[in-house]
Amino acid sequence: MDKFTTLTGVAAPMPLVNIDTDMIIPKQFLKTIQRSGLGKNLFDEMRFTQDGAEIPSFVLNQPAYRRAQILVAGENFGCGSSREHAPWALLDFGIRCVISTSFADIFFNNCFKNGILPVVLPQEAVDHLMDDARKGENARIAVDLQAQTVTAADGTVFAFEVDAFKKHCLLNGLDDIGLTMEKASAIDSYEAKNATLRPWA
Amino acid sequence: MTAPRTLYDKIWDDHVVHTSEDGTCLLYIDRHLVHEVTSPQAFEGLRMTGRRVRAPEKTIAVPDHNVPTTLDRANAATMTEDSRIQVEALDRNAKDFGINYYPVSDVRQGIVHIVGPEQGWTLPGMTVVCGDSHTATHGAFGALAHGIGTSEVEHVLATQTLIQKKSKNMKVEITGSLRPGVTAKDITLSVIGATGTAGGTGHVIEYCGQAIRELSMEGRMTVCNMAIEGGARAGLIAPDEKTFAYCMGRPHAPKGAKWEAALAYWKTLFTDEGAHFDKVITIKGEDIAPVVTWGTSPEDVLPITGTVPAASDFTGGKVEAAQRSLDYMGLTPGMKLTDIRIDTVFIGSCTNGRIEDLRAAAAILKGKKIKDGLRAMVVPGSGLVRAQAEEEGLAQIFIDAGMEWRLAGCSMCLAMNPDQLAPGERCAATSNRNFEGRQGRGGRTHLMSPAMAAAAAITGHLTDVREMMGISA
Repeated sequence: MDKFTTLTGVAAPMPLVNIDTDMIIPKQFLKTIQRSGLGKNLFDEMRFTQDGAEIPSFVLNQPAYRRAQILVAGENFGCGSSREHAPWALLDFGIRCVISTSFADIFFNNCFKNGILPVVLPQEAVDHLMDDARKGENARIAVDLQAQTVTAADGTVFAFEVDAFKKHCLLNGLDDIGLTMEKASAIDSYEAKNATLRPWA
Repeated sequence: MTAPRTLYDKIWDDHVVHTSEDGTCLLYIDRHLVHEVTSPQAFEGLRMTGRRVRAPEKTIAVPDHNVPTTLDRANAATMTEDSRIQVEALDRNAKDFGINYYPVSDVRQGIVHIVGPEQGWTLPGMTVVCGDSHTATHGAFGALAHGIGTSEVEHVLATQTLIQKKSKNMKVEITGSLRPGVTAKDITLSVIGATGTAGGTGHVIEYCGQAIRELSMEGRMTVCNMAIEGGARAGLIAPDEKTFAYCMGRPHAPKGAKWEAALAYWKTLFTDEGAHFDKVITIKGEDIAPVVTWGTSPEDVLPITGTVPAASDFTGGKVEAAQRSLDYMGLTPGMKLTDIRIDTVFIGSCTNGRIEDLRAAAAILKGKKIKDGLRAMVVPGSGLVRAQAEEEGLAQIFIDAGMEWRLAGCSMCLAMNPDQLAPGERCAATSNRNFEGRQGRGGRTHLMSPAMAAAAAITGHLTDVREMMGISA
């Protein structure tokens, strides 16, 4: 997994609430057995017609946002299916950070496993950053994970909360399976104890 | 004396392997369910790092999302190449890593969330995970069950644990009894309608109250199944005599002395008097009507006696979302929900593909025909549900009514197999999501109970099933 430290870039505005993972990556693209290559189908049914032509009004098809690295989105982003193909598609497109007032649980966790930072901020802050996002290249947003801040184009700084362990893993690009395997003896003793306490399990 | 604990607190406490200074826990996983769509990259990860599956005996795999449900599916040509590759990858991974497996050819094959309980893998007090958001279903047994991403699937395969922070406790109480014609699906949709799709975010919901107690295990699974649509990490229902009776004698349920020991433990799995809930919602059972969804979010729920809302009825970001939904669904504000004509009926899914669901639909359809020109399919949740429905004569009722009687799978709930809606096609569905494109690009989904879907199949439009049952609304 790639590290996430700081990121300054153009943010794409997607104010729609309840953007679900079916929208982010429709089911026909889940038939892959790889993690890569999904960026071209990110938001496929909103981005392309059935014939594959670009829908010009869709934000990521507009010249200013074709290389956006940040999304500013409406509440409850990433709801629905647990498909990790959603963060894989975002990452493959080049999105490294999503800012919203709230995220669905599973999507939120999946982001951290893939070097994407989901940032939760209050409505006023998201509104401010949404205005920046609407200005495209003229209003870049800066994200600093170490400092836990998002800086708007006018210099306004918004602090955000992030789980300490998740932050540590993301800053260092750590594989958490490796970290858990270091605790193998704790798992061994749990299993031994459990075999007596709950043998049916 | 220890402080009073919720059911969630108790299951959590019994599964903590390790707690870090910052409160991050390593939680032990008792059962790991696996399907073909969200697992190939996880098994590939194990191969690349030379890791093995730590507890193959606790890992259960079944293909369900991609598999065709037509009777000729043994013919490989019924699957697209990419679907076939995914199913074959699961065949191979199950064999290579030595995990429990129900292949497409096995009569026990079906939707992973129906197979798990049916085979007795899911038991009270367990932690159950699967790379699928509807894992919440298993909460009906008083098991802590939730969906995970593929990276976490790999984590569980390798370590039989998950890195977790504890969620908050939320109580959803349904008091009193349901009125006739109202079902578990109406409960779960009504709760989402009341709390919104983010209402449960960061919480584990415990459903309780008389109306929940009065539900069968099948009904309880329907309720917990859609906890995820309410944003919750998991849904739980405390186990009781109905739960124990359901589990007893299942192939993988404990037997003899182990059963007795398990039963003694299971009887401790309830929320203590005075335990703290961070959020409490109470709904009167008698206030719940048969409901349908009108929009493209599961929170867009209205009683069938209602009318299509206008975008201006909403506030904030929901105004734009509601307008988008109305446009997508092709609906005009103010029209009666019962005037919405449908093209297709889908009865099935992990929400409503169990025997009780098929009985409820068959009770409405018995001796009737579906509306001329309508397409209707009934997809049982597992091969065993299918066999039982045939034995009980339900299958014949569906066939006589003019419906297609299919083999088990996820089918048109998410349309990864050939069962899909065409653009603009409108479907009365017993599944769980009405998202844009969910059942096929441009397809329009109205969620409802099996009885309501059966009623719609007969009339060709959304219908209050109570009228067919001779009950006044």
